[in-house]
Amino acid sequence: MRVNKIRIIVRKEWAEVFKNRLVLFSVAFLPLLLTALPLAILYGTRSSGDLGGMSMSDLPEGFRSLCGEMTGGECTQYFFVSQFMILFMIMPLIIPSTIASYSIVGEKTTRTLEPLLATPVSTIELLAGKAVAAAVPAVLATWGAFAVFAVGARILAIGPMVIARLLDPLWLMAIFIVGPLLATAAVSMAVIVSSRVSDPRVAEQLSALVILPLLALFIGQISGLLILDARLVLWMAVVLAAIDAGLIALAIRLFERENILTRWK
Amino acid sequence: MIETHDLTRRFEATLAVDRLTLDVRDGEIFGFLGPNGAGKTTTLRMLSALIAPTSGTARVAGYALGEQDQDIRRRVGILTESPGLYDRLSAAYNLEFFAGLYEVDDIHGQVERYLRLLGLWERRHEAAGTFSKGMRQKLAIARALLHEPEVLFLDEPTSGLDPEAAHLVREFIADLKGEGRTIFLCTHNLDEADRLCDRIAVFNTSLLALDTPAALRQQLYGRTVVFHLARVDPSWVELVRGVGSVRAVEASDQRLIVRVDDPESVNPAIIRALVAAGADIRFVGELRRTLEDVYLRLLGPATARSNG
Repeated sequence: MRVNKIRIIVRKEWAEVFKNRLVLFSVAFLPLLLTALPLAILYGTRSSGDLGGMSMSDLPEGFRSLCGEMTGGECTQYFFVSQFMILFMIMPLIIPSTIASYSIVGEKTTRTLEPLLATPVSTIELLAGKAVAAAVPAVLATWGAFAVFAVGARILAIGPMVIARLLDPLWLMAIFIVGPLLATAAVSMAVIVSSRVSDPRVAEQLSALVILPLLALFIGQISGLLILDARLVLWMAVVLAAIDAGLIALAIRLFERENILTRWK
Repeated sequence: MIETHDLTRRFEATLAVDRLTLDVRDGEIFGFLGPNGAGKTTTLRMLSALIAPTSGTARVAGYALGEQDQDIRRRVGILTESPGLYDRLSAAYNLEFFAGLYEVDDIHGQVERYLRLLGLWERRHEAAGTFSKGMRQKLAIARALLHEPEVLFLDEPTSGLDPEAAHLVREFIADLKGEGRTIFLCTHNLDEADRLCDRIAVFNTSLLALDTPAALRQQLYGRTVVFHLARVDPSWVELVRGVGSVRAVEASDQRLIVRVDDPESVNPAIIRALVAAGADIRFVGELRRTLEDVYLRLLGPATARSNG
């Protein structure tokens, strides 16, 4: 595997996909939206003086134990903030799905894949280039959005204990380890789907299904069935790493040059 | 430069290429002719190491297909049926990208060389999507040549181009031959093949014929000489038929149509015989069969009709 070829592919992907409005929207606008939304909610709850009428006793019992020495208000605020963690996990799933599904099926529909495959580039180099091109913007956008959120939350003066929690290992692991793992899973899924379909819209829609497990997690957390604590996030990281390894292997196996070329319609 | 032996490709139940055996020589333009669905593109894809043969062997530029595919890809250039350009990217970037993948040493130098050669230098910063069909085709040809391939595969290079653009592309292909490249040309344009190709293969799943256009004409039709006379006496048909080496004679209006193998040596004898018999010969000419005649005859009437 030659790094130079991967770099050439990544550069081309970025030069091309970022001229597409849909891709630009998902990379630039989506993180902005998913960062502004929780900040607006936090700001609203601060200025209204309550947190949606919730008190400590309204919180799930398992969550209350995470609050430690926090006051009731801080614990409620922390509960709100914790719900937003899922948003920062949605970003690395959606952004690469859009880019990767567009970049592979797009090559098929614009008939650029045949001259590309005729070059002395290996399948692994090609897929690595496309995967990096899709995953890196997603991860950077997620990290950037998290930084904006942390600073914004500080400015909006949520409790100092809550701010401290935003920088504890739970959150850092979620953002800096689980985020890239989720992006890798999303890219691998997009490659698998793109190798099998011939319409970028179908590819994108199918690739977006990777978000479903995360939505289930979100619902589980809101309903109190699940508590997103350090142990759960750690388990998520371990399981995701294993899933990623399987998905990457499957993506490489399913990307058959011949089938993609000869089954074009 | 290209050798195939019993090269075969099957797609499930469909036999696309059946035991193709041919030899393309160094530096020649080799025409590969056949109707739609004949397996031309499949053959081209196999020879450029894009898809694998089901059976048979081939060597391209000295490398074995299926064993040294990356070496083959480095040494061949391919112009696919559709230009396949990145429409949002500039003409120059389209070429720079491929030059990088082909490991070209002087990327900018090569890009500039081919953009200038094909008259696209002034528009190098414009997106390929804004180009006319002819310009896109020229850009795709430039892409196929950036790494100075020994073998160039061209799939319908003038298809859909206006006459001026097609003429420019044809001239460019002829120039490439002058550089010593081997060119494997798939085309439907029989006139183009006749003008450009040193040898042609007529192909319809399997190889039907392979030779120079002139030799194929000769094999299928011999050579036909037309004697334009003031009048035709029916007895002259037998008279001419009696001259040695004449294969067939036919009277039509005020003409005698004579098929011979070697008109240069037989014509004087025919003329002497006709003049001695009292014929007034107004004009003698050779009836040239077109490559289309050869092609349609080789493919047979059913195929010819189904392909228009």
